[in-house]
Amino acid sequence: MNRFRHVTRILLATLREIFDEAAYARFLYRKQLAVSPASYAAFLQDFEEAKTRRPKCC
Amino acid sequence: MNRTVSIFVWLMVGLLGVAAVAVIAVHRGEPINALWLVVAATCCYALGYRFYSKFIAAKILALDALRATPAERLENGRDFLVTNKWVVFGHHFAAIAGPGPLVGPVLAAQFGYLPGTLWVLVGAVFAGCVQDFVILLFSVRRDGKSLTEMAKEEIGRVGGFVAYTAVIAILIILLGVAALIVVNALKDSPWGTFTIAMTIPIALLMGLYLRRIRPGKVLEVSVLGFILVLLAIWGGRWASLNPSMAQAFTLQGTTLAKLIIVYGFAASALPVWLLLAPRDYLSTFVKLGTIALLGIGIVALHPTLQMPALTRFVDGTGPIFAGKIFPFAFITIACGAISGFHALISSGTTPKLIARETEARMVGYGAMMAESAVAVMAIIAACVLQPGIYFAINSPAGVVGQTATAATATVSSWGFPVSAADMEALAHAVGEQTLFNRTGGAPAFAVGMAHIFSQSLGGATVMALWYHFAVMFEALFILTILDAGTRVARFMIQDALGHIYKPLGRTSWYPSILTTSALIVSSWGFFLWQGVKDPLGGINSLWPLFGIANQLLATVALCVATTIIIKMHRARYAAVTLVPLAWLVAVTFTASWHKIFDPNPRVGFLAQANILAAGPATMATARLVFNNRLDAAVTAVLVVMVALVLIESVRQWLGVLTGREEARVKESPFVMTRLAEERG
Repeated sequence: MNRFRHVTRILLATLREIFDEAAYARFLYRKQLAVSPASYAAFLQDFEEAKTRRPKCC
Repeated sequence: MNRTVSIFVWLMVGLLGVAAVAVIAVHRGEPINALWLVVAATCCYALGYRFYSKFIAAKILALDALRATPAERLENGRDFLVTNKWVVFGHHFAAIAGPGPLVGPVLAAQFGYLPGTLWVLVGAVFAGCVQDFVILLFSVRRDGKSLTEMAKEEIGRVGGFVAYTAVIAILIILLGVAALIVVNALKDSPWGTFTIAMTIPIALLMGLYLRRIRPGKVLEVSVLGFILVLLAIWGGRWASLNPSMAQAFTLQGTTLAKLIIVYGFAASALPVWLLLAPRDYLSTFVKLGTIALLGIGIVALHPTLQMPALTRFVDGTGPIFAGKIFPFAFITIACGAISGFHALISSGTTPKLIARETEARMVGYGAMMAESAVAVMAIIAACVLQPGIYFAINSPAGVVGQTATAATATVSSWGFPVSAADMEALAHAVGEQTLFNRTGGAPAFAVGMAHIFSQSLGGATVMALWYHFAVMFEALFILTILDAGTRVARFMIQDALGHIYKPLGRTSWYPSILTTSALIVSSWGFFLWQGVKDPLGGINSLWPLFGIANQLLATVALCVATTIIIKMHRARYAAVTLVPLAWLVAVTFTASWHKIFDPNPRVGFLAQANILAAGPATMATARLVFNNRLDAAVTAVLVVMVALVLIESVRQWLGVLTGREEARVKESPFVMTRLAEERG
């Protein structure tokens, strides 16, 4: 049961990383902000160039 | 585990692997079960990972768990971040898995299931996984530097310049050929076109939802987007049955090409949050889910392969793309075996997330094995189809004939019986007007996937839904690559132009955005238009061009890796990268020679240009002549540039080995990790 919980946690963490939810959480922590449209807009601005510069394979 | 038990278990895995490979290699006549491919692949990957990657990690790279990685030393909470190895693995896999391992193996199935399968297994274990692993580790030891920077530092300015140019060339050719695959999948398909058209408002809606209603809830909005896409697939059926809607969404290849070019420009110039990011999330969500579903489907349903092990087309007369098994099978399948593009990702985001050097093995070597497994699934999806159907779908009208009767007669004359009635019934079953002349691999993959799933999940009644789900999945995937690739290329051009005139390098300056977007879109748009107008279907000339460019980038990556290994005083183990390098040089240079100079007009660009030039002179002919000569020139330029890198690398190796030059690697200094203490 513990192992299942561990695997689920890792899987969720992976999905949160792939889908940039973790990056947003880190941004909020770093800037000491709360979840809001304004903070998300600031995150997108901060994150935009890094995200679009990431190559994705063929 | 007890040593004796361990030896026994690995011996059994080895024997099982040998038996499975022997069955797929030697078996002739009766169709074989797809499980043999699954077993062979599983055993090869297990042995490769357990023994070969461990050997590389210990003897060549000397992975050091005590050495702090850039994620730890330079941690900034943004790019550099200590991350759980499984999370990095997933992130890396999501970035390397694209349409390549699905499309390439489907096209190469024209040689039979055997060549593609063997190349995917051997190529991945001894070349692709090795490249991704060593480049990842070398980048980790250089503060996460890119392949271009490492090539410049270790080989010289020529290496850096060639790597940069090869990346731009690959991106442009890739985007052109990717767009062509979408066009060929959607032309004359109101259902498919409607579904894909709907993904644009769905992505816009997701962008607004994320920005205004539930900021940052990406997984949640991706699930909602996925549900909307499923509704769009359902709606596509209605659109195809409604006469006015069907007419509106039945588009020719040229119209679709124009729309995709306009879309590519808009997606590159619009704010990221509005279209690109939500599409990217949606496509990743669908991609990971579909790959998992396909894997489970193949293992659970273990279909029978109808394609023979080898077909008559190993002689180079294949209808899908012309050229002999060597070298063309090895450039057609790139991503599933070795892909130079992966070296960009292994030296991009991933090295900045790795917590310990020892984890590079699982992430670099392991993720490429997973990618290779996706390629095996694609081979299975293509080969479960009756060969006659596979060739009727994938062959261009210029080869098999314009009418259904002519096409089926031609395919049947090759020894792969198929009738016009069979094709009509299949087209009806998947909700299409016709499945002839659907070059590009995506429709054949979609039919194969629908065939596998319709055996259990819903039966034949929902085959059309499965088919359109697969088409949507591939088209969504490819259009996302189109958005993201155009932007990446745009940034690269802007970076370079910024050295000439500073404002051009500003990624937020609109005149620069519009100019560089137009430059990139018109470049890949040119290749797309060329493909759409090509009487041989476009894939015949463009996919090999893309394969050559991609494998040439792998050649550059392996040159960098070999140079570093020799400089690390590990020359006696240099064969680990040198052998795949030699193989890739043989493959890409031979393929390039054929594509430029082969006298067969279906293979050689110049031969085709000469034949066209000798015929009646029309505007269309003049354009085709120009296109073929341009393709020949592009191939020649790429080969010459890579030859320069090779010469420069060999000069470096000889200098170091003979003691004329100092063997100095440009690694960051050793810093003891703190993570080891924290973890005890």
